[in-house]
Amino acid sequence: MTLTERTARARKPYRPGQLSPRARAASYAALLLFALIYIFPFLIELGSSFKTDADATNHPLNPLPQHWTLAAFHQLGQQDFPLWFANSAFVAVSVTAGRILFDSMAGYALARLRFRGRGAVFSAVIAVMAVPSVVLMIPKFLVLNEFGIYNTYSGMIIPLIADAAGVFIMKQFFESIPGSVEEAARIDGAGVLRTFWSVVLPMARPALITLTVLSFQGSWNELSHFIVSRQSPQLNTLTSGVATLVSGQLGKGNQYPLKLSAALLMTIPVALVFFFFQRHIMRGTEGAVKE
Amino acid sequence: MTTATGTPAAARAAKRPAPRRPRGGIRGHEAAAGWLFTAPVLVLLALFLVLPILMAAWVSVSDWTGQGNPFSGGAHFVGAKNFSSLLTRDGLARQDLMTSLRNNFYYVLLVVPLQTALALFLAIVLNRRRLAGRGFFRTAYYFPSVTSSVAISIVFLFMFSGGGVVNALISSAGGTGPNWFADPDGLIHILLDKLGVHSAPAALANHGLLGQSWWDWLAGPSVAMTALIVLAVWTTSGTFMLMFLAALQNIPAEVEEAALIDGASAWQRTRLVVLPMLRPTLFLVLTLGLIGTWQVFDQVYIISQGNPAKTTLTPAYLSYTTSFNDQQWGQGAAIAFILFAIIVALTALQRFVLRERKADAG
Repeated sequence: MTLTERTARARKPYRPGQLSPRARAASYAALLLFALIYIFPFLIELGSSFKTDADATNHPLNPLPQHWTLAAFHQLGQQDFPLWFANSAFVAVSVTAGRILFDSMAGYALARLRFRGRGAVFSAVIAVMAVPSVVLMIPKFLVLNEFGIYNTYSGMIIPLIADAAGVFIMKQFFESIPGSVEEAARIDGAGVLRTFWSVVLPMARPALITLTVLSFQGSWNELSHFIVSRQSPQLNTLTSGVATLVSGQLGKGNQYPLKLSAALLMTIPVALVFFFFQRHIMRGTEGAVKE
Repeated sequence: MTTATGTPAAARAAKRPAPRRPRGGIRGHEAAAGWLFTAPVLVLLALFLVLPILMAAWVSVSDWTGQGNPFSGGAHFVGAKNFSSLLTRDGLARQDLMTSLRNNFYYVLLVVPLQTALALFLAIVLNRRRLAGRGFFRTAYYFPSVTSSVAISIVFLFMFSGGGVVNALISSAGGTGPNWFADPDGLIHILLDKLGVHSAPAALANHGLLGQSWWDWLAGPSVAMTALIVLAVWTTSGTFMLMFLAALQNIPAEVEEAALIDGASAWQRTRLVVLPMLRPTLFLVLTLGLIGTWQVFDQVYIISQGNPAKTTLTPAYLSYTTSFNDQQWGQGAAIAFILFAIIVALTALQRFVLRERKADAG
């Protein structure tokens, strides 16, 4: 964070000047108010997970439990929750690994290798990015069914590896690094594959981290694909499993601590990734603007 | 990993009269490697994007009911029947689609401007010089964007429940909150009721468009939908704030100094100098917002399932239930294509409108 801050200051970015004390106070008041609005729901989620049902219903505004209890977590342990967690982890890791390999290969080819049809391939990738994912729910079910991989891990994982946005990120990155190192490797007699594997990929570390974080987060949080690609309860991921917990078997009655503790636990892995790699996630989003 | 000299390329290089550099060989390798490197992605996109769309196109003009294989005798061609029963023929199918379009329209109408304005506001305040805790605020606003829609929906279900956090806040301020996710009344209807219009005027109730009376079209988002709107604004504004922040950092400091020397006030600098320079980002944010809000599915699936009284039904969710629950696969696929057409048309329209204005200003 400090590094980006410093480089930003060196470039003298646009930052409005000194404000009057009153305007300053108003700015901070607004920022704090919004910070409260953004953070409070998470505090409620955290605190209510340790409450009893009655406590959660009677004192919704107070994030602190009257009596701390782990009942909700015990109950989750007796459900299929650990299985869902394992499925989510397996799917997210597989999808991320696949995307890293294929996106960086395609991104490199589109940025660096000259071949007939490159422009057409790139246009195709961009066109694909424009198709709204929700429109694809039924089509995806049809194709998985046709291939006989509906309701299998393959059907849950492979379609998610197809990721045009990741190809775009990697292409942008490879275009931004100088080609001299690769030239040197080529002159030393290394082939394209070898140059890519032992020279280019190690240099692409920052972009690969961004891609890893975005892919993991995206596949961990994915819901609609797991609704249409499986039906066996054994294949539930956290998102599809917890969704049944909310709308299905328990009804809308109550059991808020149970649902909130499920929400809390499924947030923890992405939260950890977020806090460790914050800079990279934010860079990914900013990249959409800066190119 | 040998550096194999590909034979066709080597042959081509050999044919050339006295090449100064052995480039032909390298280029030949490059062409092969280029296709090899892009092949996995191309195959995946073809199999799981292009092919599915073609299959869905067939299903959307068929009568497939989920029995047998739709591509080998399980379905029959029915022409545009699915589309006509959704768009031109009076019936439940059209009524549901029109209801879902109305709901989603109000959702877009409120979410897109609110999330854009909030994101822009937060970015401008966060961009002030000598701001303590900038990193903290930025993280706080952005964090909801990375968490799962399922987890966030659960938290909002709890907060907006009858005796939940939001109503506790409202009652501590002296009011009575509605029963959020169970309340189908439209906001415009509620407002009219407050103004003394308790039932539909005959002119609006007896005339209509596409199977819905004007009174129903003009209901506004239901109270339940309003809670979903709040959820959407809360989760997405962080991402867009980051985009605006990045754009603000790209504006050189000299621009502001020039405006300062010209005696522009802080408000004038924001409105006349900063906003015009943010135009490309504003365009990006509006486009992404528009595309995203027409696809709302997750929250509806988890929180409301289209209830109460179908006022949170959206085309995406309707397409899903029509296919998977009612087994009307042709109609479900047709809804997906209609939604696709709407998104494409609106994005094009927005491009056109924003371009025009730019030309006028210039």
